[in-house]
Amino acid sequence: MGLAKRIIPCLDVRDGRVVKGVQFVDIRDAGDPVEVARRYDKEGADEITFLDITASSDNRDTIIHVVEAVASEVFIPLTVGGGIRKVEDIRRMLNAGADKVGINTAAVFNPELVQEASDKVGSQCIVVAIDAKCVSAEGEPKRWEIFTHGGRKGTGIDAIEWADRMQKYGAGEILLTSMDRDGTRIGFDLELTKAVCEAVEIPVIASGGVGNLQHLADGVTKGKADAVLAASIFHFAEYTVGEAKQFMADQGIEVRL
Amino acid sequence: MSLVTVIDYGMGNLRSVAKALEHVDPKANIKITNDAADIKAADHIVFPGQGAIGAAMDALKQRDLDKILLEQMGQKPFLGICLGLQVMMDASDEDGGTQGLGLLPGQVKRFPDHHTDTNGSRLKVPHMGWNQLQQTQSHPLWSGIEQGSRFYFVHSYYVTTDVQKEIAGTCNYGMEFVAAACRDNMFAVQFHPEKSAQAGLQLLQNFLNWDGQPA
Repeated sequence: MGLAKRIIPCLDVRDGRVVKGVQFVDIRDAGDPVEVARRYDKEGADEITFLDITASSDNRDTIIHVVEAVASEVFIPLTVGGGIRKVEDIRRMLNAGADKVGINTAAVFNPELVQEASDKVGSQCIVVAIDAKCVSAEGEPKRWEIFTHGGRKGTGIDAIEWADRMQKYGAGEILLTSMDRDGTRIGFDLELTKAVCEAVEIPVIASGGVGNLQHLADGVTKGKADAVLAASIFHFAEYTVGEAKQFMADQGIEVRL
Repeated sequence: MSLVTVIDYGMGNLRSVAKALEHVDPKANIKITNDAADIKAADHIVFPGQGAIGAAMDALKQRDLDKILLEQMGQKPFLGICLGLQVMMDASDEDGGTQGLGLLPGQVKRFPDHHTDTNGSRLKVPHMGWNQLQQTQSHPLWSGIEQGSRFYFVHSYYVTTDVQKEIAGTCNYGMEFVAAACRDNMFAVQFHPEKSAQAGLQLLQNFLNWDGQPA
């Protein structure tokens, strides 16, 4: 027995409410973040991730209040991402009660931010989010590139090399999302997941594409991920986190039950 | 009303620790502080910490907190968390070798590069997530916590010691390491009780109920 593989439900938060849409279309209200977080905690979630998708900068502070409220009653690690631009943003999240902060686009445009942040607040607080898309033609060896702006803009940066560079800059963990799979519910991009997991020493969270419990298990057994993240399958109570863990345990995966 | 001080020496986020303590005892006065008078007046002292040990020792010395801690440590129930455990040891390999407070005999070492388990499977560093804790002696702080319960860890350095009687619990990550150490009124843990759901809250509750007697 040893370290458990983690299951991390992710909540998209906009203007202080949990929302769920398919690829940012048809966004539906999925409740109060504090209530949803409390439910996931009761079901045995190992961590909770909040992704702030608030569009207007006027409402940026709502996520701070959400984190404060959740951190006062949910005692498992909390990660917050979305809209992080500078070390000061990271400090504010940590002071509100977040344990880790996800840096995405800002890391691409200003990689030194990752270095500066990990020096100042410690690597364990810094999660670098990588949005990757397959760019190789059929028949070619697989190659993935970093994309920004919700998968719309390519950067020409190789995803594997980028993961390695972020590790060297002091990232404590990588949140890897396949933009090809995000919202599709057909499962993780297991080749991408495995390639990144094997390229770095730090833990990797697989994300993007989960539609059933077998997908979660595959992320660990075939993708070699240290943790798996999912949003929609938990949101409308299709499956509970507890069911997901039991399913993984039945397949011989070590989880916290 | 009992006063619980959470020592603030600028290393890491202390709010989670304070929030968890408030949650288990809403009546206690929980104070995040680096003020010597508060630390002296406290009924219970919590010594958390995250980040690099060299910077932590510098921060303690700068505020003269190392002396105050050494003086107060023997007096009242004391709980070290994460870096708080490592700082209590004799010495650490981190930051080119750092002298600790020397309250507990032991060393702090880094998990090796290309770390593997006994089957040769790769182990990531930092050791991050929920791992099982083996209680190696009975202690008031383990009260109501099942043997083998999982706690949340996040660290790249680990504690080792030859003094068995000061080990309260161990954990395995490719090798066995000290997950909890104890001596007299002191207890210190590598994991984060404030982030370890029910088992962690139980430990914090036990700490606030503790009079500092080992058994």
